[in-house]
Amino acid sequence: MKRRTLLAAAVAVAGFSLASNAGAEQPPIKIGMSMAMTGGLAGGGKPSLLGIEIWRDDVNARGGLLGRKVELVVYDDKSSASETPAIYSKLLDVDKVDLLFAPYATVPTAPIMPLVKQRGMLLIGNFSFQVNSKVGHDMYFNNAPWGPADAWASAFLDLGQKAGGKTVALLTADQEFAQNLAKTAREVATKRNMPIVFDQAYPPNTVEFSSIIRALKAARPDIVYVASYPPDSAGILRAVNEIGIGDNVKLFGGGMVGLQFGPVMENLGSLLNGVVNFNTWLPEPAMYFDGTKAFFDTYAKRAVDAKVDPLGYYLAPFGYASGQLVEAAIKATGSLDQKTLAKYLREHEINTIVGPIAFSPDGERKETATLQAQFRGIVDKNMDQFRKAGKQVILFPEKLKSGDLVGPFEAARK
Amino acid sequence: MFSLDLLLDAVVIGVLLGCFYAAVSIGLSVSFGLLDVPHVAHPAFLVMASYAVFFLNDRYDIDPLLAGLLITPLLFVFGLVAYRLYYETFERRGSDAAVRGIAFFFGVAFIIEVLIILQFGVDQRSVTASYIGQSFRIGDMRIPFRLLVAFAVATALTILLALYLSRTFMGRAIRAVAQDEEAVRLMGANPVRIKQWAFGIATAVLGIAGALLIIVAPVDPTLDRAYIGRTFCVVVMAGLGSMAGTLLAAIILGVAETIVLTLFGASWAPAISFAMLLGVLAVRPQGLFGR
Amino acid sequence: MTKQRGSTAFWIGAVAFLLAVLLATQLIGNEYPFFAGYVILQFIVLSVAWSILGGYAGYVNFGTSAFFGVGVYTAVFLVKATGAPLAVQIGVAAIVGALLGFAVGLLTLRMQGIFFSIATIALTIVIETSVTNWRYLGGAAGIQLQRPQVLPPFHSYVQMLFFVQALLVVLAVAIARYIQGSWIGRGLQALKDDELAAECTGVPTLRLKLLACVISGALMCAAGAPAAMYLQYADPGSAFNLNYSVSVLAMALIGGTAHWAGPVIGAVLLGVTQQLLAVTISSEVNVLVLGIMLVLFVVGAPEGLIGLIARLRPKRAEIGA
Repeated sequence: MKRRTLLAAAVAVAGFSLASNAGAEQPPIKIGMSMAMTGGLAGGGKPSLLGIEIWRDDVNARGGLLGRKVELVVYDDKSSASETPAIYSKLLDVDKVDLLFAPYATVPTAPIMPLVKQRGMLLIGNFSFQVNSKVGHDMYFNNAPWGPADAWASAFLDLGQKAGGKTVALLTADQEFAQNLAKTAREVATKRNMPIVFDQAYPPNTVEFSSIIRALKAARPDIVYVASYPPDSAGILRAVNEIGIGDNVKLFGGGMVGLQFGPVMENLGSLLNGVVNFNTWLPEPAMYFDGTKAFFDTYAKRAVDAKVDPLGYYLAPFGYASGQLVEAAIKATGSLDQKTLAKYLREHEINTIVGPIAFSPDGERKETATLQAQFRGIVDKNMDQFRKAGKQVILFPEKLKSGDLVGPFEAARK
Repeated sequence: MFSLDLLLDAVVIGVLLGCFYAAVSIGLSVSFGLLDVPHVAHPAFLVMASYAVFFLNDRYDIDPLLAGLLITPLLFVFGLVAYRLYYETFERRGSDAAVRGIAFFFGVAFIIEVLIILQFGVDQRSVTASYIGQSFRIGDMRIPFRLLVAFAVATALTILLALYLSRTFMGRAIRAVAQDEEAVRLMGANPVRIKQWAFGIATAVLGIAGALLIIVAPVDPTLDRAYIGRTFCVVVMAGLGSMAGTLLAAIILGVAETIVLTLFGASWAPAISFAMLLGVLAVRPQGLFGR
Repeated sequence: MTKQRGSTAFWIGAVAFLLAVLLATQLIGNEYPFFAGYVILQFIVLSVAWSILGGYAGYVNFGTSAFFGVGVYTAVFLVKATGAPLAVQIGVAAIVGALLGFAVGLLTLRMQGIFFSIATIALTIVIETSVTNWRYLGGAAGIQLQRPQVLPPFHSYVQMLFFVQALLVVLAVAIARYIQGSWIGRGLQALKDDELAAECTGVPTLRLKLLACVISGALMCAAGAPAAMYLQYADPGSAFNLNYSVSVLAMALIGGTAHWAGPVIGAVLLGVTQQLLAVTISSEVNVLVLGIMLVLFVVGAPEGLIGLIARLRPKRAEIGA
């Protein structure tokens, strides 16, 4: 009797030590993705990746996931759609990654949707816009604040209507994101019986906006909804400052990409005043959640060495949050099975440094978290001013609001 | 939406924009128009110059136009060296030179692009000066100062170059070489030296043109790709080698582009300019004002 | 006799190549080599096609991106409007490419070489703008496409596309080889050396140039058509990317344009390098490598790699005919 218990104990001890040894040598969990490190989207891709890397370092410092270290496998997709199918095929077939993150933005993401669906892989989206609507992948979770397709335009036009505006002007870049946004804006405006008095799409590489702003001014709109990309956003604001937009404009902005990047904001300085534009995160009191401040402290230090946007408000925290999403799912389910993780993400709300995130069946966020904020009191050539509260006053959504709209637009610019 | 004062406004802005296009293309008019160098790296040199201007403006608060003038001698020397390199490798070796020359300059353009990215990062840059952001009122029209600066610089450059090429000894030598290199050699002058000097001037001009580029709009490292088409379009439409022609062709282009942009549907603007080029090439291949 | 032997050797090689490709699709389960390989084969077709006009005739076509993009969007149009199968997409794209080549040629080939090149740049922009404004094809926003079922004996659609592109490679090379050896090739060579002299000795230069332009255009468009199904997505920025024009130019020059093997070698070398870099260094350094390779080859190896190889091989005495 004693010998058997002794034997059993010995086996147990041997088994235990074997198991713990095996645990120490377990291979890392690999998360694969492509990211725009060169090309037109690189200004956003690089900070986004830095956010994800900070998450990886944090999670590894805490012991990793399921006792294993987390490793990122990242390739440059050159902001192009033609590179991603080969890259994601390599990630799956050669690198044999455990999880996939999508590339930044819609154009590089669109071609891999069918591939990912066919292979039954979970995919965490990164600021794509409505890329899953045709493909219908049920394991896609878009980590972007947009929410339902028309929520963005609705929020902006809502603000305009509340300020007394009736007519709408649309100025959009002839590129993917801006055009999709414009489409939703047209639908919302029509539904609310707001006449569209100006609707123009300008080609990429447009250098000079004076004449187009002049034409817009001549149409005398109340609300001006602009969907533009970084180079044009700056050009448009400059032209508005030089030409003027008309005293009847109550609200200007809405969908200008680029006005969230530190270097661009610093360049434009006082030209930003009065503009109401979208953002994803701002240093206003309501936007600080668990871990947010610590993240930005780390980011600010690492951004200087990495030569990326020193503020990093737009994309970096969402990169970190993507990591938090999979971290929560893996820890809660104790598994790396794609379907199990997807089910968890579908059914739970997860707390991240950008707030609680919950998803609807189509893969977008349940509620829109896109902020609309007005620039106030901005001076030229000062990056640090943007770190303080009160420079971008949040007007929407209601529960994060930190101020009211100052109008009309021309008055708010002073 | 077709109103007379909108049209007038479009024309005025178009002329000024055209002047801007002329200023950034006039160097190419010399290097490609007169010297037949297929200089597709011209826009890359231009962007490089504007980053130099940015650097001086950002670090030392030097006015961008002044900065442009300051880097002109550096660019002149750079042009001399670049041409010598090009000549030794291509023009000497004969056949296929044109194709290989183009490939060479593409290679150079890419290298410059990456070097700029490595030094300055991928974000856009712009400069600040007292006249950027202000505009000039004439009645109901408002004309941005930036564009007036472009107008002034472009006209000055065109006049300067045209005078240089017609009044000075070196200028006329350059014209002669462009017309008949053999004859110049037979008359005892060294055509290679002359062409080298001309290329130096074409590159030097990029100093002030680069300043203009970053004054008018922000720059980013890949901006050169957008300007390859535009600059060659201007130079070819003008007729190779005509300075005044470059200014006029650029103005026509600027006006056409702006009118379409404002009045007819902005997304067609690029197609219009290039369709015009194709039209000109088909009907009058030597360009509007060519030799 | 030698020519006959050379011909059979070529065709045996071509069939062996196709069989090898077919075998690979059946044996290799991993999809990645086919994704990467497709891109390389596609560049081989584009480079060989480019060289027919650019290499043999010396007319530098900068509009490779235009023809490629037109091929992509022809396929998009057919899929969206009629759900046509891949073979039809390629066939129609070839016809469209031929017509486009004919139109461009007629418009510009009467000018000197360099004007032709500039005209092709203009053409690319005009076509890209037109497609961007065509809402039916998705416009600037791009369009997502659905793949049909894969045909047996292939298990995955990408493997099938790989084989189809291999077929196009054989077709392109066969055509280039035929032109090189025929009166067409000799005429093109003559007009490349001295167009005026050729014209004076009775070479129908305009007709030859047009022919080369038509064939080149057709092949380039045909190479672009399967890309629509490869990506299952098309947008003007990617389809008309300047990168195609520059890469193809580089590949043809690096390989050497005097012989049909030149572009093949150049495309394989540069294509493989680019694919390798994409998954190793993976940053702006890729563009630097392309730039440096271009400069080095163009300066150091003016006849391309085949020129270097020819110089290294000792001269063989001619043995009868």
